[in-house]
Amino acid sequence: MSIDRRTFLGTAGLTALAVAGPAALARLASGSQAGAAGATRWAMVIDLRKCLKDQGCTDCMAACDKAHNVPQIPTRAHEVKWIWKEPFEGAFPGQTTPYTEEVFKGQPVLVLCNHCDNPPCVRVCPTKATWKRPDGITMMDWHRCIGCKYCIVACPYGARSFNFFDPRKYIKALNPDFPTRSLGVVEKCNFCEERLAVGKLPACVEACREKALVFGNLQDPKSEVRELVRTRFTIRRKPELGTDPRIYYLV
Amino acid sequence: MRDRNLILGGLVVFLAVITFPVWYNLAAGSTAKPPELKLPTTEKACVASTAYMRTSHMDLLINWRDEVVREDNRIYKAPDGKSYNKSLTQTCMKCHNSKADFCDRCHDYAGVKPYCWDCHIDPKLVQRSAG
Repeated sequence: MSIDRRTFLGTAGLTALAVAGPAALARLASGSQAGAAGATRWAMVIDLRKCLKDQGCTDCMAACDKAHNVPQIPTRAHEVKWIWKEPFEGAFPGQTTPYTEEVFKGQPVLVLCNHCDNPPCVRVCPTKATWKRPDGITMMDWHRCIGCKYCIVACPYGARSFNFFDPRKYIKALNPDFPTRSLGVVEKCNFCEERLAVGKLPACVEACREKALVFGNLQDPKSEVRELVRTRFTIRRKPELGTDPRIYYLV
Repeated sequence: MRDRNLILGGLVVFLAVITFPVWYNLAAGSTAKPPELKLPTTEKACVASTAYMRTSHMDLLINWRDEVVREDNRIYKAPDGKSYNKSLTQTCMKCHNSKADFCDRCHDYAGVKPYCWDCHIDPKLVQRSAG
């Protein structure tokens, strides 16, 4: 019996599909790699009305910069940001209408890494220098970052910054308890994992005078963040992208 | 064979030149002298034996680094049963408090340039800039 090339290729293709198909489909369907499975899922609620009471206040940003040796680079193209302010329309592009409430129009909204449940930065990192911790923190290993900047492109929130210069020259007072970064490395908010490890709250939360920032464990039904998210209406940044952000805003 | 003297003479000069660093260091006595390290006075025991630390401190540190950063596992159980915080600047340099007198002396002698301090901060550096 002879077999022509077309029949052979067709049969081979169908066989491969039958063998590998279901498994591949199951993997595709499972979607996000890291669900909220663990006993801890850190999250933050930002009360915008409280935050906007004093618009000149930069306590949280100053505390973060000090705790993490964040360099203060004057040129906008090269600046390094962990927590900063963005105009309302920029932070929530889908939430504005021509009649957007005047209280929010152009108002500075505090933004930081959203520690997404389905982080695109993690998906694209070629060296696993950024990954999802079981407690939900989108963590970075600066030792392993090769500075390819793919994560910067992937992040829809602009939460990642690149060190175009040696950052040490741009740090006024070095904090010896936390490392600086080096030239050619990406950095972003780490949800103060080094402070959580010793039972402290994130530096920004601790620094806020208005108590506008609430941090806690979403998996704990009695936690303050869970209570706020359950009882009040909150919005998140660009939820339509499917990144499942874990920074909630009370408006 | 007319060039024998020239060749032998040349060889002698060549050998003298390429072995010059060896003779020079022997004469100066610098190779025989291992670097003098300033040992801490506050603590008697390190996190591991001196022999292990001398040969393998870099392995210990790189393991600490990966365990802390990637696994959030921060406590080191020493062979003597004590627990330590896995931290270069907060544990190691609490006792070995002078990078210049401890780390650098040996690294300079061995000709290695670890990049730990590109990011991690020598606590002395901060005191100097503050004071």
